[in-house]
Amino acid sequence: MERIPILKMGDHLLVTIQVDMHDRLATTLQDDLTERIVSTHARAVLIDISALEVVDSFIGRTLGNIAAMSRILDAQTVVVGMRPAVAITLVELGLALKGVRTALNVEKGMEVLRASLAETANGAWESDDARKGTDVHAEG
Amino acid sequence: MSTLKDETLAIRSADDIVVVRQVVRAWAIELRFSLVDQTKIVTAASELARNTLDYGGGGTVRLAALLEGSRRGLRLVFEDKGPGIPDLALAMKDGYTTGGGLGLGLGGAKRLSSEFSIDSRLGEGTRVAITRWI
Repeated sequence: MERIPILKMGDHLLVTIQVDMHDRLATTLQDDLTERIVSTHARAVLIDISALEVVDSFIGRTLGNIAAMSRILDAQTVVVGMRPAVAITLVELGLALKGVRTALNVEKGMEVLRASLAETANGAWESDDARKGTDVHAEG
Repeated sequence: MSTLKDETLAIRSADDIVVVRQVVRAWAIELRFSLVDQTKIVTAASELARNTLDYGGGGTVRLAALLEGSRRGLRLVFEDKGPGIPDLALAMKDGYTTGGGLGLGLGGAKRLSSEFSIDSRLGEGTRVAITRWI
């Protein structure tokens, strides 16, 4: 069966979507990623969609599901490289990808993940009060 | 208004949704749509093709490249012989779905098109037509 490869780099999982995703492929990626997060104890997932010419509601929902499932499994997700035409279309479609963190490119995406993981690590040593108001990674 | 060419594609499987996207993209490029216009009509086509498959049990899409005065258009007509939609107003509402989707298909496709029409008869099927003009 056709699959999208998932690369492991340290505690990061990297996915580059390079094909026009049919629905089954998107669902398989969702299942594979959740399994790999658990089996590799990954803390972060980066999904590069710069090759995707279309993100419809099904693919959008899959990206949202992946972000939500990763979060439950204690991993952060960032989606990078969305094409401008895709972003314009998604918003008009009515899909703002709430709950999915995005970054312009792979480099920025890695920065977001690093900062987010560092904050989580530091947060464990701070009191809840100290963290209040500094959480810049609120959902949205 | 004249039709430059037309073609009908079958929508019977999830793979056909990908084929519909690819053919619509090729036609939009041929009509010299901008990248954003291409992306919009391809995305709308993807939503409607999935509806035809998931709710209509499969069907067809007829593509037509149109010329009217100085403007060019791409019209897509999706038809199925499924159960039909009991409440069209409700089906058009964002967030309403009887399936497992997000309920953005019809409303989203309408927003992504210049013209939109839907006709559904219970027990007979559904026909959705969209056109994007440039």
